[in-house]
Amino acid sequence: MADENIPAEELLEGADAAHAAAESSGGLPQLDFSTFPNQIFWLLVTLVVIYLILSRVALPRIGAILAERAGTITNDLAAAEELKQRATEAEAAYDKALADARAEANRIVAETKAGIQAELDDELKKADAEIAARTAESEKAIAAIRDSATESVAEVATETAKALIEALGGTADDASVKKAVSARVEGGSA
Amino acid sequence: MATETNAEGGSALTFHPMDQFIVKPLFGDGAVHWYTPTNVTLWLAISVLCVILLLVMGTRQRQVVPSRSQSIAELAYGFIYEMVEDVTGKDGVKYFPYIMTIFMFIVFANFVGLIPMAFTTTSHIAVTAVLAMGVFLAVTVIGFVKNGAGFLSLFWISSAPLALRPVLALIEVISYFVRPISHSIRLAGNMMAGHAVIKVFAAFAAVLAISPFSILAITAMYALEVLVSFIQAYVFTILTCVYLKDALHPHH
Repeated sequence: MADENIPAEELLEGADAAHAAAESSGGLPQLDFSTFPNQIFWLLVTLVVIYLILSRVALPRIGAILAERAGTITNDLAAAEELKQRATEAEAAYDKALADARAEANRIVAETKAGIQAELDDELKKADAEIAARTAESEKAIAAIRDSATESVAEVATETAKALIEALGGTADDASVKKAVSARVEGGSA
Repeated sequence: MATETNAEGGSALTFHPMDQFIVKPLFGDGAVHWYTPTNVTLWLAISVLCVILLLVMGTRQRQVVPSRSQSIAELAYGFIYEMVEDVTGKDGVKYFPYIMTIFMFIVFANFVGLIPMAFTTTSHIAVTAVLAMGVFLAVTVIGFVKNGAGFLSLFWISSAPLALRPVLALIEVISYFVRPISHSIRLAGNMMAGHAVIKVFAAFAAVLAISPFSILAITAMYALEVLVSFIQAYVFTILTCVYLKDALHPHH
């Protein structure tokens, strides 16, 4: 403690010296107590001015700026979240539309196929029926032609036989000639 | 000190490392009365101007995406606001403008004091003692107003063994009253010492043989002083917050 007192005394002496000759370089200017009222007065003025500037203008303004930024960021994040939600929804809707379109396409394909098949079957049936009808008609015609041909053969044979008999000088008895010819033709055909 | 070195140094070496701290009237050579505009007034005014430039002019455009000066102002605001909130808790936030005033004043007084030929107001014990006594008195008043006699429990450490408590109480009381002294001398001492050392090196720069070393040393000291300027402002402010926390929540 005694050691510490010595420099303190020296400092006080220095202060006194500074008092005595403030403009000379002796002593610590910090301990020149004659300047203290001046420093303290101007410091208090300074602090009051800074306090007023800060509390009236600067701090509310900066606080407002920071709050506004925080608000903006929160809003932007919320908007981004909402947009993301909407994008997800849109994607889901797109997927659903795609699936629907595929299902619809498949359905249309199946329907068309069935329609074509039905039409085809119909047409085939019609064609078959026509073919059958034509075949039957043709068969009938062939039968008629065959019949008429058989008749003609008998007629021609009768007339030929008659002519042969007359040429041979006999007398053709119509009924017997016919009988003989028809017997022969039927026998021949049989 | 200066006179001694003067005598040893001779004509080439002139040491006046403390002359930079002399308080002089701005106009004329008269006596320094309490109202006289002095170099103290000038450099305090420059500090105020810097505060206005940064915190008022810098934020004038109120941009959501800040300009450089605005983001420095916001950084300072956030730095001190978070310090107050972290150290003192939610109920200390209403003292934020006062603590911001202290921080902005000290940090700018320290920084403008680093300008060559400047006068460093915070190197004067008169200035720092007023700040520290202001904090001390405010904290003591707030402590008693908020907690009544309960504020005295700050000195009565209930977690210690009963036999030790009176001794600890004595130590706590002494340390409580030493607070403004250490609080003010820490700042003034740091600022004064750094500036004085720079001046000493500057005087050596006049000697040709060692001037390169001297200039290097000045540069290094200057860099250190820039750091010290900010750190001392920070330390003063955070200690203010700690004392305020003691006043608001005296129970350990």
